[in-house]
Amino acid sequence: MGRVSGKVALVTGGSMGMGESHCKLLAREGAKVIVTDVAVDAGEAVAKAILDAGGEAMFLHHDVASEADWMAVVDKAVGAFGKIDILVNNAGIVIFKPNNETTTAEWDRVMSVNSTGVFLGCKHIVPAMKKAGGGSIVNISSISGMVGMVSQAAYQASKGAVRMLTKSCAVDYAQYNIRVNSVHPGAVRTPIINVLGDDTSMIDALVATTIMKRMADPIELSYAVLLLASDESSYMTGSELVVDGGWTAA
Amino acid sequence: MGRLDGKVALITGAARGMGESHARLFAKEGARVIATDRRDKLGEETVASIRAAGGEAMYLSHDVTDESQWQSVIDAAVARYGKIDILVNNAAFAAFHSAEESLLEDWNRVMDVCVKSIFLGCKFILPAMQKAGGGSIVNISSIAGMAGMPQQAAYQAGKGAVRILTKSLAVDYAQYNIRANSVHPGMVRTPGTRLVLEDEKFINMMRDKTILNRVAEPLELSYPVLFLASDEASFMTGSEVVVDGGYIAQ
Repeated sequence: MGRVSGKVALVTGGSMGMGESHCKLLAREGAKVIVTDVAVDAGEAVAKAILDAGGEAMFLHHDVASEADWMAVVDKAVGAFGKIDILVNNAGIVIFKPNNETTTAEWDRVMSVNSTGVFLGCKHIVPAMKKAGGGSIVNISSISGMVGMVSQAAYQASKGAVRMLTKSCAVDYAQYNIRVNSVHPGAVRTPIINVLGDDTSMIDALVATTIMKRMADPIELSYAVLLLASDESSYMTGSELVVDGGWTAA
Repeated sequence: MGRLDGKVALITGAARGMGESHARLFAKEGARVIATDRRDKLGEETVASIRAAGGEAMYLSHDVTDESQWQSVIDAAVARYGKIDILVNNAAFAAFHSAEESLLEDWNRVMDVCVKSIFLGCKFILPAMQKAGGGSIVNISSIAGMAGMPQQAAYQAGKGAVRILTKSLAVDYAQYNIRANSVHPGMVRTPGTRLVLEDEKFINMMRDKTILNRVAEPLELSYPVLFLASDEASFMTGSEVVVDGGYIAQ
């Protein structure tokens, strides 16, 4: 008996990195998983890997910044699996620039994926969750949404918005038995950091100031997401789960 | 396959309430449990019922404010099970007075049971955890350690001390592969909170401020404690896990 058996979970940005890891763990614990992403080939491969391992999954192309995409994705997911119990708003992009060097186009792009994507997800998932009798929304924020960091102006603003939008949704949706919590990863070894290229100075600095002196593997975030997604966290809503190897604690 | 297979866990205040619930869940997930308390009859009964359910547990009489008892409890636990991987500092004492109305002896009692106990426990547990190759310390703080509340001056100070002592432990013990995190329950239905739950004015205030508009059952705390105790939380140290139905979030 899996920890999310009988549940249907939609995970955005599920093609690679943390999202892929969340999809696979949720599926292993019994959930039917809708993997969504803009990266089609990688997303199809994640769904296939889950099916091959005996789980249930489907991939849907999904730009989280598009409201039309959200409506279509929720419709197709409910059409395929009958309901949605769990939404993991995981899709995110990052730009490593201080505020003055960030172009308005870059700002808009980061905010549209990281913040507007979560707003749209919470907005369009609620009818499906009401139908399911409740649900759990897990929003992936970041420690960048909690404390100041070097050269991440737009990313920090976007993750701070997710942190607080989570509490707003927790308040508004409790009446429908929908819980909403945020997860705040520190440095995680995923393809998203490839944008830094060969320059490891930023990651080195992050690791040096992390109590555990290392980066996380994606699965170390997935277990935290699983806790919040499952009924094991039935008394948690509006909470911030910091999974950062102690970065913000010191 | 249990989530704590092969682990040895020491839980203080385990005779009843949340501690009892943690002990039962830990044993169900495969841990060998040392349940300690001052309430010997209840503690023995808790352990007997864990064993009757097929779990492995022992009870030890334990005043957590007594330095010599900590040493003897840990010695007895290691003698029986060979090591200790997990310490749940759950024992607590509350007094409901404003600072002005608090007696110094109430203050000292709260600080001794809630805070000094953790200082002592973590001090003496180190060799046993080093022997185990690392460990996880879960300190039960409270939302009273995070936000102002009426008539709980000493308890608030005590739980605030636990909150930040946990971060100090996280920093100092990371080198030994020991993680330390705090859990912050809201209002939970336990024998210890029975009188408070009967205070209509107080409970209405708590409920009005709690997004989920209800009191927690002990098991709803035990799952987050299990998560932190287990290797699933391997990238979490110095974190605060708030399990309060959304009290702090609004």
